[in-house]
Parts: sequence; C-alpha cells; structure tokens
Amino acid sequence: MAAEAISRALRDGALEGEHAPALTIKDSIHAPLGAFVFDHILAQLSSNISSSKSQAQGIVLVAFARSPQFYAELLKSKANDAASLKKWLRIVDCYTDPLGWKSQLAESGIVSNRSTQNATTASLCKNVRDLDMLFSSIVELGKEVIRETKGRFAVAIDSVSEILRHASISSAASLLSNLRSHDQVACLFWLFHSDLHEMKASSALEYISSMVACVEPISNTANGKGMNSENLPLIEQNLGRGKFSVRFKRRNGRIRLMSEELHTEQMGINFVPAFEDYVTSQSLVPKVQFNLQLSEKERNDRAKVVLPFEHQGDGKPIQIYDGRRSVSESKTENKETNAEKMHVNEDSGRGEIIYIRDSDDEMPDSDEDPDDDLDI
Amino acid sequence: MMSSNSANNLLDEALGFNDDGGGGGGGLLLLIEDRVETSGAFILHHLIKRRLSSPNRPNDVVVFLSFAHPFSHYDRILRKMGCNLGVQKENKRFVYYDMLNLNYPVTDGEKGAEDLLLSVYGKIQKTVELCSSREGYKNSTIMIDDISLMEVALCGSSNLVLDFLHYCYSLATQFDCLVIILNHEDVYSTVDVPSPLLQMEYLANIVIKAEPLATGLATDVHGQLTVLNKGICQGSGCSKGKIRNFHFRVKENCVEYFYPGSRT
Repeated sequence: MAAEAISRALRDGALEGEHAPALTIKDSIHAPLGAFVFDHILAQLSSNISSSKSQAQGIVLVAFARSPQFYAELLKSKANDAASLKKWLRIVDCYTDPLGWKSQLAESGIVSNRSTQNATTASLCKNVRDLDMLFSSIVELGKEVIRETKGRFAVAIDSVSEILRHASISSAASLLSNLRSHDQVACLFWLFHSDLHEMKASSALEYISSMVACVEPISNTANGKGMNSENLPLIEQNLGRGKFSVRFKRRNGRIRLMSEELHTEQMGINFVPAFEDYVTSQSLVPKVQFNLQLSEKERNDRAKVVLPFEHQGDGKPIQIYDGRRSVSESKTENKETNAEKMHVNEDSGRGEIIYIRDSDDEMPDSDEDPDDDLDI
Repeated sequence: MMSSNSANNLLDEALGFNDDGGGGGGGLLLLIEDRVETSGAFILHHLIKRRLSSPNRPNDVVVFLSFAHPFSHYDRILRKMGCNLGVQKENKRFVYYDMLNLNYPVTDGEKGAEDLLLSVYGKIQKTVELCSSREGYKNSTIMIDDISLMEVALCGSSNLVLDFLHYCYSLATQFDCLVIILNHEDVYSTVDVPSPLLQMEYLANIVIKAEPLATGLATDVHGQLTVLNKGICQGSGCSKGKIRNFHFRVKENCVEYFYPGSRT
C-alpha cells in the first residue's frame, strides 16, 4: 500500500553517499486532507523513532500552520509520554510569532510577555523571512536529538506554502535541497497546497522530492461557481474522503506509481485500496441478454490464435500464405477446387485463421486500376 | 421557517452555536464571503448581536475593526435588531476601532503599513488579554469589516493581511476567541494565481458563502447561504466536515433562513 511504502522509505532513511529521501505531500482546497496525511506520516515516523526502528534518531518539526501544543497533543495521543517526546522531538515554532510582532510589543511594554511554550520542546522563530537562520536552527536542534556523531535526524515542515509567502521559490528550494543533502538528515517531508502557487513553484518542489503524494477529490464537482443541491453532497464527501496517489522516484530514474483511497476517521485517517477500477469496469458492461464477456477457456483460445501477419513478435519470421502458389501446385489443386486455402507453417492443434480467397484470378499487387472496366 | 429572533436558527445550527450564544469559540476563524448581488453584512450584524446578547456570558467582548462604516451605521442597524451598541461600548463589551480615519502611511509603503498593523494588533492583544483575566470570561470575538478594504489601507499588501490574520488566529487559539472576517469574493481576479481569498479559505475553520440563487433574482428569496464547517481537529481527534445550504430573506429588522422549497 502506498502510505506504508512511504513510511518504510522514511524509516529506512538515507543511504551513504546519497541524498535523504524527501516526500512532498500536496493537496488543494477541493481535497483539503493534506494536513491529515502529514499528521499520519508524522505519527508513523515518530513511532519508529521512539522504538528505535528508524535510521533517524529524532525529528525536528518546523511548525507554521499549527501550534507546537497541537503537535505535542497529537503525538501524546499516539502513546508517547512527555518525557519520551523530550528525548527525540524538537519543534521550530514558526507559528506563535513568525514576524517578531509579539516580542516587539512585549519589549515596548504594550503587552505582557506571556509565554505559550509550556511543556513543549519548542524553539521560537521570530523571523521566518530569514531562511538561512531557519536552516541553522533546524540543524542545531537536530544535533540535540542524535546520540552519536554519525547519527541522523528527520525533518518535517508542516507548510511550505507558508514559507513561500515570505520567501522566493528559489530560496525555499535551496533550503530544502540543503537539508536533503545534509549528511545528518535521515529523511524529510513537507506539505504544500498546490493551488496556492504557480506551476513552476509546484514543479520545483516536486523535482526536489523522491516521493510525491497527491491528495485529490474523490468526486469531481463543478468546482467554484454555483453551489447547487447536486454538488453539495459531493463537496461534503470530499471533506472526508480523497484519492491518494503516490509517485516514487527510484535512483535509477524509474518511476513507480501507487494509488489508494483515504478516509478521515475520528482518530486520524485510514488508507484503503482504490475500488474505482473495479467499479468502473463493472459499470461499463451493459446489462443485456447475450454474453459480452469471455470465459477463461475462450480467453486462452483467443491467445493461441496465430494472426495472419508475417511476424508474430517472437523473433521468428513465419511464412504466411498470401494466395500465391507455385505453378506446379496450382495445376494439381485447381482441378480439385476453386477455393484456395491459407497454409500456416505452425503446429496444428493451435487456433488458426482460415482465409478463403474468393477470387483466384486477381493477382496481388497488380498495377491495374480495378476501375478501368467502368464505362462512365 | 425560522427567524433570527428564535433561540437558534438555521445559521446558528450550521455554525454549531449553542442556545446561549456560546460555542464556536475556542480558537476558530470564520470567513464570510459575499458578492455585490448578495451582501453578507447581515451575517456580521447577526453575529454581533449573538455574541453580545448571551445572558450566560456577561464578560465576553467583541473587538470590532471597521474599515467600511462608521460606528453610527452599526449602531443604527443593531438598534433595530434590539441591541444597543452605544451602551455595550460604554460597558467596554463592544470595543470599536475606527480604521476609517487613520492617516495611512502611504509614503512609507509596506514598512509603514507593517508598523500600522503592528500597533493595531498590539491594541487587540492587550484588549483580549485584559478580558481574559476577568472573572467569568468565556470567549472573545474579533471582527473585521472588511478584509478587502483592509488590504487597500495596507497599500494593497495581501501578504500583510494574511500575516495579521495569522496572528489573530494564534491569539484566538491562546485565548479561546472567535475571529470573524468579511471578504468580497468578486473583487479578486480569477486570472491571478494565487488568490489571497484562497489562502483565507485554507486558514478558516468555517466558510459562509452568500450567493445569489442560480435561477436569478426573486422577491421572496434574496439569496442562498452555504456554510462549510470543516470540523474541529485537535491532537486527540477530529470531527467530520459538514456542509449546509439554505436560502435567506433580509427583512427590515431581521433575516429569515429557510430550506429551499419550504416557504409557501
């Protein structure tokens, strides 16, 4: 299954001398389930980290869209206690004060400096426009969670769309590339909303990734204009279900595609195999009183039929009788019958096509114009 | 057919509001999108009244940023709906910030705009902090009328507006507030990508769209509302997203909400 394959790839981490595996999760407003996928992947990776099954020994989470408290609660609800979280989780808090407004106001005494970082291991970022500083913070926090010098940590960014609001695509791409090629990063993954950016930004992010997971609507609605009673159930359905397609890029350049469905549940999301193909094929066959489909035996027999072409695609040329016979043969056979048969140089017992040419006068590839005898 | 004078009408139900006007707090952002043909201002007025009239919540505060109309405009409308904004303002339950008469720092450009925004945000945070320290505090509400005019005031920087909304949202999460913003769907170009309105739709927990009927104008029905409630997602679990659609008719002192075809 696609989601499991992603979790495995992130768990296994980077090979020596290779860039770390990088996952892009992308969604759109009509299938706004990307955040659920992000949380699911985060929970899976955290579980592998806390049970020491992954290459990554810790995770640095860069929180833009949701508060550090949200993530702490999320991970605690997946059977992690606060003490264990402190060992392997670090959060770069780009949510609470991304532009430093609260600090400025606190410094000038306008507001109180009430800290919201209770038990979370969050490091406040006060200037999300400075991506160099963000990179340094990530790497510094990462070093805190690894246990040995050759250890590695994972990086998760909950919204690259937010980064792109404050920085150019080239600096964002540069940040992600630098993280990916850092020798202490085991893996990284991020979420962005594809309809908030131009194609070139989306493409740039996808090029940097080794895996692209796309969440799409399960039902296509007449998007945007005209809410009508037919559209609404479909739109509501898209809030709870989606198509989940993943593209894996192999080192040798091969692409592997997997797809399934995702459903949101009370406690997270569930991935199920896509029923779409089955349903589509079933619905295309009309219900009539005669048989339009083939049985197994019929399928096998059809596969055995030798087609009347010179090459069957197996490298062996075969002699296909095209109606021309040698003079000696035609003399003996012509006495017997006017019809001619196609002769096939293959074993009998296989399917054959019997072609009966109904005109023996006509030479093939004749230069004569067949319409010559018309009197117009 | 329900009028807005009854305890809970279709709109309140769709928003998940309780009978006492509460609920819908706890760090939520509600986006109202309207059009020239169907103004969504009546929704703002309804919500002002709801948030101020709940008897079980005497210390709840509504912080109102107005870029569109002077105080007298809202006072007059809410008076007809049975709510005295003047008194509420004196009691510091309705905190009104007049953004119409500010001196916009046009010469300073975006830096000046950011400084302006910083000072506005500072005032809001201070007000909310003060309220939250009072006994019996339940929820505050921050309202902005309207976002497109706010963008104009900030030299056209939709990015600054989004930054401001983000800060309001994080304030809302911290102090259990409801942030309500009104924006016009038809002022944004459909050619430019991306639309700032889309960014706000992502940020919002509840989106209310006020649109004309597909069949055009009618005397008895002024338009339709579609309420998209994404459901609440906390660390421990999520509730399912819901969508509701119903018609409305704006009358002199109230608004009627009803399902299509249920009016005789």
